[in-house]
Amino acid sequence: MRKNSFLFLAAVGIVLVLGFLLPWMVRNPFYFFVGYVVLQYVTIATGWNILGGYAGYINFGAAGFFGSGVYLSAFLFTTLGLPLPLCILAAAIFGAILGVLTGYLTLRIQGVYFAIATLGLVVVLETIVHNISALGGASGMAVYGPRPPAWSPGPSQYNFTVMLIIAVASVALARFVEISWIGRGLRAVKASEDAAECSGVPTLRLKLLACALSGAVLAAAGAPYPFYTSYVEPVTAFSLIIGLNAIAMPLIGGTKSWSGPVLGALLLASVQQIATVTISSELNILFVGLVLIAFVAFAPGGLADLFGRKPSGGAKP
Amino acid sequence: MSEIVLSMKGVEKVFGAFRALGPLDLDLRAGERLGIIGPNGSGKTTLINCITGVYRPDRGSIHFQGRDISHIEAHRRARLGISRSFQIPRPFNGMTVLENLLVPLDYCHIDGSKEERARSVLTSVGLAGRISHPSESLSQLELRKLELARALVGDPKVLIADEAMAGLSEGEIDEVLAILLALNRSGVAVIMIEHIMHAVMRFSERIVCFETGRLIASGTSAEIAENPLVRRVYFGE
Repeated sequence: MRKNSFLFLAAVGIVLVLGFLLPWMVRNPFYFFVGYVVLQYVTIATGWNILGGYAGYINFGAAGFFGSGVYLSAFLFTTLGLPLPLCILAAAIFGAILGVLTGYLTLRIQGVYFAIATLGLVVVLETIVHNISALGGASGMAVYGPRPPAWSPGPSQYNFTVMLIIAVASVALARFVEISWIGRGLRAVKASEDAAECSGVPTLRLKLLACALSGAVLAAAGAPYPFYTSYVEPVTAFSLIIGLNAIAMPLIGGTKSWSGPVLGALLLASVQQIATVTISSELNILFVGLVLIAFVAFAPGGLADLFGRKPSGGAKP
Repeated sequence: MSEIVLSMKGVEKVFGAFRALGPLDLDLRAGERLGIIGPNGSGKTTLINCITGVYRPDRGSIHFQGRDISHIEAHRRARLGISRSFQIPRPFNGMTVLENLLVPLDYCHIDGSKEERARSVLTSVGLAGRISHPSESLSQLELRKLELARALVGDPKVLIADEAMAGLSEGEIDEVLAILLALNRSGVAVIMIEHIMHAVMRFSERIVCFETGRLIASGTSAEIAENPLVRRVYFGE
């Protein structure tokens, strides 16, 4: 096993252990309430980056996948009584299928047209949910989440640990994609689709795979959300702010490597949460906009490039 | 005489009302060095795109090693052994030189260690010292070599070099020619599309000339140089 992989696995192990221990060590549940949102954005940014960062297809429809995960999970839990892990798994599978379908319809177009098409997905899905009474329609639906298990001291802590596991799994998946043949192929597609195809890369299939993986992660990020808020409604679940953050966080952290979206999400989501509590919930969006403009103008490679970090997929001489 | 490795029969490509290529009949023999010349817009790159699968011909058929490949995707043709370089180099920026070669190796199923194979090909084209450098940092000549290395690494049967010497100095042209000749000696058929006449004349066993999508002349370098149709196209005689 390569040294980098060993270090990554060790870090994953430590983070997971902390995720189970911290709820017993930190008494104030508010930190876990806030931490959930930060981890949710780590997952969203990581999922978005698999298609947007590695393959260069800018997806404005992250909220569509997230909202689908939210509603599918809420529906399966309230009507069928499925346990939370199965709800998350079902959301991920649904997200993957939605990703393939969306990809199949939109991947033949590129650039701004692809972005607009994915933006349309959010509007379509939100409108559909608005008109399904079994999902509560425009007024939404209440979701009474599962009782926290014995290994967790409360609902906030439980939601936090569940989101942490999803975030860690997503980051591990993104890292695998990045350093494997999938990531190399996607980066080749990003550089030159014709050259990639003529080098033997099945570009359409690879992009569909990226859509599926990205969609699965984005939908999985939304699956525990109903249990976090106890209430879901379409405007929040399909909020364009989710789509904006999904793009802003990887761009700020850096899109070349799995660490960029993690860094961007940790930074931006934390600052947003602090701004929400200390200043105003509206001002934090202004902050996102300003930071995004600053990075696009002065550090287009994100924090990772600013500090000179190279993609981890690079071979050594 | 060696067997025909690539065969085109009645190939045509039309864009709207504009016939860019054909109808064209053209064969390539195993291990042959074929030069393709013609003025800009004569259909040379369209021909390459039809052979490699970037375009599908509107009519006619293309057979590779006896198999009809007219309607199969470009990446499958690359895996079968049809490889190309691009007129304007298209490195996989964001990757090192070595990684640029690992991409085709990931997908073309070559036996043995991928990294060893990539290093060996990079050494053969004179890029051994640039293995760990990002492709963005390469000079024009190095980019041309990288394009060729990336085309070679998958062990092709046919290599199409699309203006691989454009913009290079005389010394650099000699370097690229030496690479292509060495490759050809290993049994790979090479199609060279080139505007640098002395290079294509030196390299090719057979040259075909195109004008407005049609093949107007075929022969050895000496025959092509004296062909009145070719002289008319190039010199207006």
